[in-house]
Amino acid sequence: MQVRITVNGVEHVNEIESRQLLVHYLRTTLGLTGTHWGCDTSQCGTCVAWLDEEPVKTCTVLAAMADGHRVRTVEGLADGATLDPVQVGFMAEHGLQCGFCTPGMMMTARHLLDHDPDPDEATIREAISGQICRCTGYENIVRAVRHAAGHPSHPSDAAGADPATDGDSAVVGEPSQEVPA
Amino acid sequence: MQTPAPVDYARAHSVEQALDLLDQHDGEARLIAGGHSLIPMMRLRIAQPECVIDINDLTELDYIRVTGDHLSIGALTRHKTVLASPVIGEHYAILHDAERVIADPIVRNRGTVGGSLCQADPAEDLSAVLAALRAEAVIRSRTGSRVVPVRELDDGPYQTVLEDAEILTEVRIPIRPGAGSAYEKVERRTGDWAVAAVGAYLVLDGGVVSDVGIALAALGVEHGCATEAEDYLRGREITDQTLAEAGRLAAAASRPSPDQRGPVVYKRHLADELTRRALRRAADRAQGRI
Repeated sequence: MQVRITVNGVEHVNEIESRQLLVHYLRTTLGLTGTHWGCDTSQCGTCVAWLDEEPVKTCTVLAAMADGHRVRTVEGLADGATLDPVQVGFMAEHGLQCGFCTPGMMMTARHLLDHDPDPDEATIREAISGQICRCTGYENIVRAVRHAAGHPSHPSDAAGADPATDGDSAVVGEPSQEVPA
Repeated sequence: MQTPAPVDYARAHSVEQALDLLDQHDGEARLIAGGHSLIPMMRLRIAQPECVIDINDLTELDYIRVTGDHLSIGALTRHKTVLASPVIGEHYAILHDAERVIADPIVRNRGTVGGSLCQADPAEDLSAVLAALRAEAVIRSRTGSRVVPVRELDDGPYQTVLEDAEILTEVRIPIRPGAGSAYEKVERRTGDWAVAAVGAYLVLDGGVVSDVGIALAALGVEHGCATEAEDYLRGREITDQTLAEAGRLAAAASRPSPDQRGPVVYKRHLADELTRRALRRAADRAQGRI
């Protein structure tokens, strides 16, 4: 069947099998391997991306169900060369170890901060409670989200420069520090 | 990679269209909304439908409204909507208790009330809650609709009394003055199925129980209700002694299976303890103490 799905602002038209899962559509059909694939059963949350305005576990959504809808993946977090504050926070606070859960964690964090710009620790822990960090590095993940809190998601549009998110060469200038995709 | 078997996909834009599609596939199609249960079952080939019928566009079934002496929840209402609803919190604290522990926030974004009920998982939280509340399920077919008590909706594990070409469209819950409710669950970790859980609903009249519902999840009770404990409590006051007897009766009615979540003796203990806790909290809420 044919699907028309807008992923990170770009419309894609593809012929797919109707049994294809959204996580595999993103990874294999589109080559967007930032969305990771973990437990298969909605438990681990590694595959979280946004369907329209909300995080979903893409291992339990058929790609066909996203036909006509918008998807946002971790590849759509940065604004050009400027990383999202959540990505900056994960680097600044060592919010990732092996990096496997990181893309899903960041997509959930971005959604949380869009709706609650100043969440306390309990709120952050509740928001990410459906996602498993295999390194059990939750302390730093929570700190990373706190780090990002209060920073606008599109600093280029915001009044005033923010050294934590605007053109910090230590953040965006070194490929080795880029968030793993 | 676990992948579902080849399957057709259809998207319904109205209840009538979904019913037509179900009819065309003669029992070989499955409705899909949240998908968190059906898709894993399809990957394991436990379920191999010919066609999945996507009902996420049936926004006509996404509502919460008070009508006379009952509250109606459309089958496509998401768990997050139930959890955020002030009118539900006002009348049924038990629903908010349960929704806080149903899976996790991301699953609750997409999972639906109707999907939870129709999955008929013996450990499912909402089925126990609605059984305790003596809710009714509205079921539609091409020829009309019928109403089934939620307590009679399941026909064994993972089976319901719905016919092949029927859709659960709504649950209706009576609103009663003097009522209080609570849900107590023990789980291994956030978002897991219950090791054991108990929902309690009490209507108090001058301190005496005039009506009561006690439902047990994951405890192997037919239709999930502790009817002996309910019968015992009706007409009595809630005291330490009556709570102890209700807990004992609920545990005695339980037939849990030993599994990775614990042995029988532990689950029976939970049935007893959680029944007393849920009833105590329901009584406190009915009397405005919390």
